[in-house]
Amino acid sequence: MTALIEVRDLLVRREKQTVLEIAHLSVEAGEVLAVVGPNGAGKSTLFLTLARLLKHERGVIRFFNGHESISTLEYRRRIALVLQEPLLLDASVRENAAIGLRFRGTPKAEADRRVAHWLERLGVAHLAERSARKLSGGESQRVSLARAFVLEPELLLLDEPFTALDSPTRARLLEDLKAVLGETGTTTIFITHDLREAEKLGTRMAVMLKGRVHQVGKPREVFAHPADSQVAEFLGMQM
Amino acid sequence: MTDLLPITLLSLQVSILATLISLLIGLPLGTMLALGKFPGRSFLLSLINTGMALPPVVVGLFVAMSLWRSGPLGDLRLIYTPAAIIIAQTIIAAPVVTGLTAAALQQLNPRLRLQLYGLGASRVQMVLSLWREARLPLLAALMAGFGSVISEVGASMMVGGNIKGQTRVLTTAIVLETGKGEFERAIALSIFLLTITFLVNWALTVIQQRGRP
Repeated sequence: MTALIEVRDLLVRREKQTVLEIAHLSVEAGEVLAVVGPNGAGKSTLFLTLARLLKHERGVIRFFNGHESISTLEYRRRIALVLQEPLLLDASVRENAAIGLRFRGTPKAEADRRVAHWLERLGVAHLAERSARKLSGGESQRVSLARAFVLEPELLLLDEPFTALDSPTRARLLEDLKAVLGETGTTTIFITHDLREAEKLGTRMAVMLKGRVHQVGKPREVFAHPADSQVAEFLGMQM
Repeated sequence: MTDLLPITLLSLQVSILATLISLLIGLPLGTMLALGKFPGRSFLLSLINTGMALPPVVVGLFVAMSLWRSGPLGDLRLIYTPAAIIIAQTIIAAPVVTGLTAAALQQLNPRLRLQLYGLGASRVQMVLSLWREARLPLLAALMAGFGSVISEVGASMMVGGNIKGQTRVLTTAIVLETGKGEFERAIALSIFLLTITFLVNWALTVIQQRGRP
């Protein structure tokens, strides 16, 4: 296995407060790393830092096997991210799904092919011409996922994408996403505060508490052998 | 009434040009104020918001003083020319377009910028996407800018001089005719002014509402 992303000695401060301090964290190619923790644990800060949307004060983040010199724009064009809110533009579903490809200057025929495939795969092809403003929460998040997958990213970052959805919708979407990730083998970092989601989707799990990674391991191992009392307490609170 | 057409055309020409120049200034400046983080941003935004309520006569006074023969820009010999009216109207419309542009972009979800960057947008692509997303209020800003200048009379009178065949626009002509007691002419000019204001705004509204549910 090769580390697609490796974080060492990372420090992020916001308004003079340390919000993230990670000694080491790596994500192997093809794995789904579920990052769990309570609200305020620094998960979203980690997400933004990994997406190069937030600057870190100290530390090294090696992307794509050590190619650190890659420009921010080039880096962002090799990843894709899905946020908690779908944040679709006031345009049709098809246009929304294609926007990342348009930013990359992908030829129209290729963009159309990929958009059609991913809208179909995520079950929203019938909505292609509909205004994104007229979608339900679940449909919007499916379009948001399609918009990410059409980019065929080397790294997919998901920040609590199911939080705003009702329980049945969330369950169906989680099931579909698991299948898609299995098919594509896309390396994924999945931020969530929901341990069930983490267990279902993650091949490994990182527990974050107060800005630090306390434990990384296979979900079953983490649940069976919490690294310390704080992790045990967090897992106990949730399960 | 033979001079109605040239007066109307000049009014349109001057106000459309002033609005377009205001757009060239206001769109990037408003965007910078909405999205940027720099010292003095709030102060600048307050100035722009104050500028949105600038009395045209005050603008007229300062532009007239600047362009007066003995003024700092007197050598340009622009006083009592259509160019002087365009300058004054641009000063009136630019804060309106800038302020409303900033407000339009600030109403968008701040995380949308992160999402666009995360989808691989360059800075220019991100700004263009935000403009597209805020196209309805941005067109409203344009309409407000045009409305503020097509209807103003004080500055046009002071820096244009209301010279027949040269700088007489609809509003200054209405003032003149009313002063002379020629109410029929004044009413005819007013109807013309209202009609062209409506037509321009109607065209912009059609563009604005195109594709709306």
